[in-house]
Amino acid sequence: MMLHDRDRVFTNLYGVHDWRRAGAQQRGVWDGTKGLLELGRDEIVQMIKDSELRGRGGAGFPAGLKWSFMPKQSDGRPSYLVVNADESEPGSCKDREILRNDPHRLLEGCLVAGFAMGANTCYIYVRGEYFLEAERLQHAVDEAYDAKLIGKNACGSGWDYDIHVHRGAGAYICGEETALLESLEGKKGQPRLKPPFPAAVGLYGCPTTVTNVETIAVAPEILRRGVSWWTGLGRPKNTGTKIFSISGHVQQPCNVEEEMGIPLKQLIETHAGGVRGGWDNLQAIIPGGSSVPCLPNTICNDILMDFDSLREAKSGLGTAAVIVIDKSADIVEAIANLSHFYMHESCGQCTPCREGTGWMWRVMTRMVKGQASISEIDDLLDVTYQVEGHTICALGDAAAWPIQGLIRHFRPEMERRILAYRRDAQAAE
Amino acid sequence: MRVTSHPRAEAGDFAFTAENQTRAKTLIDRYPAGRQASAVIALLDLAQRQSGGWLPKEAIEYVAEMLDMAPIRVHEVSTFYTMFNLRPVGKHLIQVCRTTPCWLRGAADLTRACQDKLGVGLHENTDDGLFTVVEVECLGACANAPMVQINDQYYEDLTPERMAEIIDDLKAGRDVPIGPQTGRQCSAPPDGPKTLTDVPARAGNGADKA
Repeated sequence: MMLHDRDRVFTNLYGVHDWRRAGAQQRGVWDGTKGLLELGRDEIVQMIKDSELRGRGGAGFPAGLKWSFMPKQSDGRPSYLVVNADESEPGSCKDREILRNDPHRLLEGCLVAGFAMGANTCYIYVRGEYFLEAERLQHAVDEAYDAKLIGKNACGSGWDYDIHVHRGAGAYICGEETALLESLEGKKGQPRLKPPFPAAVGLYGCPTTVTNVETIAVAPEILRRGVSWWTGLGRPKNTGTKIFSISGHVQQPCNVEEEMGIPLKQLIETHAGGVRGGWDNLQAIIPGGSSVPCLPNTICNDILMDFDSLREAKSGLGTAAVIVIDKSADIVEAIANLSHFYMHESCGQCTPCREGTGWMWRVMTRMVKGQASISEIDDLLDVTYQVEGHTICALGDAAAWPIQGLIRHFRPEMERRILAYRRDAQAAE
Repeated sequence: MRVTSHPRAEAGDFAFTAENQTRAKTLIDRYPAGRQASAVIALLDLAQRQSGGWLPKEAIEYVAEMLDMAPIRVHEVSTFYTMFNLRPVGKHLIQVCRTTPCWLRGAADLTRACQDKLGVGLHENTDDGLFTVVEVECLGACANAPMVQINDQYYEDLTPERMAEIIDDLKAGRDVPIGPQTGRQCSAPPDGPKTLTDVPARAGNGADKA
């Protein structure tokens, strides 16, 4: 099994071809968009529901359902579509390729999805560090306005649609949807309590849907090629194609669009040239970006890469960012590094996360050396459970899970280190 | 959480140039009337560029006034987001990505190469005012690890040796190609794409130009 090129949506993933409008149209973007809009709001949402498309930003929420939460009739407030292009999850580098190499595919998706939500305005929030990507996207927006693909009477549909590019300034937390909205309103990016959910009270207090770049960008293609094409790929509830970002200790790190549910081993061996030093040299894999628990090599042998399969293995597909760690690496330090990341990125609003992320990082740095007592492994695990689920947003959970995964699968290694450290210390005396 | 306990540096008066005033207006116009605060990040970015890569206290307060925001709200924004520099930095701000995907592929060696080459610690400016080296969290180019960002641009698939050469080139005022330093096509496998080979090729490849 390997996905055929004809079933790939992101045909300019590697930037080999022209990213501008002319090139994009040659690849089929903006083809019959007016006809897609003529399906009508309800039909578009129904088709996306039937396609079982799930959000590509990490949580895997059903996209059609999310779109259907937007009010059918305006109470006077405008509706907004906000695209989350604040890609910052360690391991994840897929949206960048869409932004810089296929921006028109995203813009077409913005129009179709926005129309289906009754929105006339869309903001694309691009992480500040993606400077070139934001420039290209802005250029594509200008091209789309010039060609009357967006703006007044977009694509001749009678629907007015504005798209604005908004750059962030460096804050992982702004990838959390309500923090993103706060940031978009000109404030610190600190998440809001939910409810109310953004579909009721979002940007500027108006109904808003926040959606990941990849989810939006595949939508027109699903409508164009048909729901059965999309559901024919992958497994039920885990349909379609997905861009996988493969990084770490592989021979050929890369982004690749593959069928959802591809076996992890096949993904790595077919597309990333295999694990450095061979499959037997594999120590662990973080299968869905830094927030999901790692899997030891034994589980990696036959696991499928989709939402439900990875959840059964107590991990997650997340953003499908596969971080490969071979046996030469210090697995405890690899996770301690992530603890530093979460400490740095905690917004400081909730005490369990603000204090907990720092506490966990400090203990993890001692665990790297083995400078701890065995019982502290349980203390550490206990603290992760005190952080998890006790904060406004999921960053607390995201900081807790990598450590829980480490302890679940690599506890013997942590204990070995502690005993070795103690032995060395006694020998020194 | 970002800690910015050092006092805000000051630099005398600040006002946007005529050109930046026009730009600021365009940026503000992207948002509905009365929601001009949405442009605060964009205007601070503009002010930082005009001030040579950092934000003096006066620039922050100038932006506050322009957007009709309380100055404390703009100070909050400027201290929350990592891309705002509250002290002067070198002409070339080297930001080494330190997070796990880059770390697994030698990010720590890159940091060391920068420091050895320039003889400075993290967050210190070189005496000639040309360089500052900092470590940052994930920059989202993990398939091209290890990598750094220098000012606006990404430099990917680096080795410590290549990093040192880049520093030499920047010091000498020579152009350095952005993106992968190995001639690799974006984030395709380093040996060349194994997929998307069936898509019709087209003249006028724009991938290398912005």
